[in-house]
Amino acid sequence: MVDQYLPLWEVFVRSKRGMDHKHCGSVHAADAEQALQYARDVYTRRSEGNSIWVVEAKHIVASQPDDQEAFFEPADDKVYRHATFYDVPADVKHM
Amino acid sequence: MTPQDQVVDIDALETEFQERIDAEKKIEPKDWMPEAYRRTLIRQISQHAHSEVVGQLPEGNWITRAPSLRRKAILLAKVQDEAGHGLYLYSAAETLGSSREQMVDDLHAGKAKYSSIFNYPTLSWADIPAIGWLVDGAAIVNQVALCRTSYGPYSRAMIRVCKEESFHARQGFEGMLALARGNEAQKKMCQDAINRYWWPALMMFGPSDADSPNSAQSMKWKIKRFSNDELRQKFVDQTVPQIEYLGMEVPDADCKWNEERGHYDIGEMPWEEFFAVIKGHGPCNHERLQARQKAHDEGNWVREAALAYQKKQADKKQSVA
Ligand SMILES: [Fe+2]
Ligand SMILES: [Fe+2]
Repeated sequence: MVDQYLPLWEVFVRSKRGMDHKHCGSVHAADAEQALQYARDVYTRRSEGNSIWVVEAKHIVASQPDDQEAFFEPADDKVYRHATFYDVPADVKHM
Repeated sequence: MTPQDQVVDIDALETEFQERIDAEKKIEPKDWMPEAYRRTLIRQISQHAHSEVVGQLPEGNWITRAPSLRRKAILLAKVQDEAGHGLYLYSAAETLGSSREQMVDDLHAGKAKYSSIFNYPTLSWADIPAIGWLVDGAAIVNQVALCRTSYGPYSRAMIRVCKEESFHARQGFEGMLALARGNEAQKKMCQDAINRYWWPALMMFGPSDADSPNSAQSMKWKIKRFSNDELRQKFVDQTVPQIEYLGMEVPDADCKWNEERGHYDIGEMPWEEFFAVIKGHGPCNHERLQARQKAHDEGNWVREAALAYQKKQADKKQSVA
């Protein structure tokens, strides 16, 4: 008997309408349909979600923490992108 | 880079790693981490996962014989939760580069440990509520502490588990209360289950701090945040009054409130038995592993068929395209 193992799928669940899908873990399944059923059984036993995404783990591309600094650096020196950068007199309303 | 530079590099990385931990920042899967931290976590998380999975067996033993439909539905839901907990934890361990195959194989080969509490048999119905209340109760104390562990995926899995666990402990206490308020035979069953599960539950927290060789490093890495003895004390303090509420006795003549310490004292724990069970000489070690192996083997054709179906569907799609 050849021992059979199923590929890994990452699971994302939306807790309710209006919310983002959020990563919550993974399951092993032979195909997308089975992955969805397993994700439902494992991650939504108490109505934790009303929508599930599954994606085979090997298809996920992630940024690397090693070059995190260089990768995210372009945003670091642009403080003028934040509202708090601007001085508005206190008596100006609705700003 | 010369080998010399590499050595310096690792020192710097380790310092940076420890600083991150000291600053209460979580470690995430792709971060650099010392090999020993990775190994410790894989061992701990996979042992924890195995415990959840094997833990289904003693309770599963009573699903068909639960005394009412209500208790049966509750027990079924609880055992399903434990399967879920095992899967959350395997999933967390897999983020460290450990494969499910390897972990499952290690369990079946007897190379991986799981909580020795599950090597005790469930002899009467009272053992089921006793397990929910005492065993899950002890597990909760441990798991609440682990919600703040330094490794992100482990911490998130623990938060998810803790949300579900309080149902386990409460249904257990409710079941014990029904027996404690029942007839003489039921009261006797209730006390008997407490007698058999009290010490094993206390030993779930592991050896005393003095005999726990890996504890200091785990505390430094904030994998562990409280010592075994601190957590055990917490459990004793919360559980003794519950035993009294049931009108039952703590099976320990030395267990009494210590005014000065503000805690309950307990008697000497039967460590010899504990280590014997860990080493595989518990009443059910062999049976538990055999049941797991059997379930895995008998599921093999299902996985094989699912993979064959997937391949057929994929081929079909390809030939259309
Ligand atoms: Fe659990
Ligand atoms: Fe539980």
